[in-house]
Amino acid sequence: MAQSAVPSSSARPAPVRVPVRDILPWAVFAAVLGVVLIYFVGAEQGATSLFGGTWVHEFTHDGRHLLGFPCH
Amino acid sequence: MMRSLLVRGMLAGLAAAAVALLIAWIYGEPQVGHAISFEESQAAAEHAHHAAGAAAEAPEEEVVSRTTQKTTGLITALGFYGVAVGGLFAIAFAFAYGRLGALGARATAALVALAGFVAVELVPFLKYPATPPAVGNPDTIGSRTALYFGMVALGVLATAAAVIVGRRLTPKLGLWNASIVSTVGFAVVLGVVYRLTPKPDAVADGFPATVLWDFRLASLGLQVALWATLGLLFGYLTERAFEKQRAKPEPVNA
Repeated sequence: MAQSAVPSSSARPAPVRVPVRDILPWAVFAAVLGVVLIYFVGAEQGATSLFGGTWVHEFTHDGRHLLGFPCH
Repeated sequence: MMRSLLVRGMLAGLAAAAVALLIAWIYGEPQVGHAISFEESQAAAEHAHHAAGAAAEAPEEEVVSRTTQKTTGLITALGFYGVAVGGLFAIAFAFAYGRLGALGARATAALVALAGFVAVELVPFLKYPATPPAVGNPDTIGSRTALYFGMVALGVLATAAAVIVGRRLTPKLGLWNASIVSTVGFAVVLGVVYRLTPKPDAVADGFPATVLWDFRLASLGLQVALWATLGLLFGYLTERAFEKQRAKPEPVNA
């Protein structure tokens, strides 16, 4: 069975994990940015408003309805 | 590694948004149009009824035209949504790859997309489905928004928990039984939450049922197309990149 220790070149190599400490900073950054983007597409000037007026609400109106966010 | 995954995720997200846009235009917009005509006919009837008292009322000012809403507005909304979801998808893929048994990049991406669709779209949709214009009471928008995003958060937590529990149980029960146990647990938790959460749904009297049904199908179909494109395209591109990486000798500074 000594041969089995040497992987044959045709076998699929085991997937290499990305270490969690390499992912974390990206995860925090992407989560923050992603949540802000989704908030502006999905909710700004609906239930809550950071900016006055209704332009963001009206501009993203169809996207909100079709993506499934509560619009008005 | 993380850099190329993120770039790929955002690009695949943008492509997924383009596919979703086609579905939105073909199946979604006609229903939005029907719903708006219903809303306008209701408003006109209301207006005629109160004509004597409300003669001074100014007509509703149009901030953004319907044409802009259907084109630039919808494109922008879907584009931003696609990029945001694609970036988050890449992070979830990085956590999942190599940690779900010996699955390759394509299968991992497909599973992450399925889990993402269930967590972010299907779980909230089953309780708080998408609503066309004229459906839903504007006075309850605050509570409906809070309930909707709460349901998204619950979907993400419950899906992550189901995956973690399933992984833990696999050595004891085997993959098949562990998957069944964690899926049943997931369904029971959601079933209980669905029963207990309030449903502030208000469909206006006389709103056409077919428009409501077709609108909701279009919305769900758009999300299915978006997540399927994202998962399959990301998987294809990542598998190809990994193969190229394997073909050339390991760089010193990996």
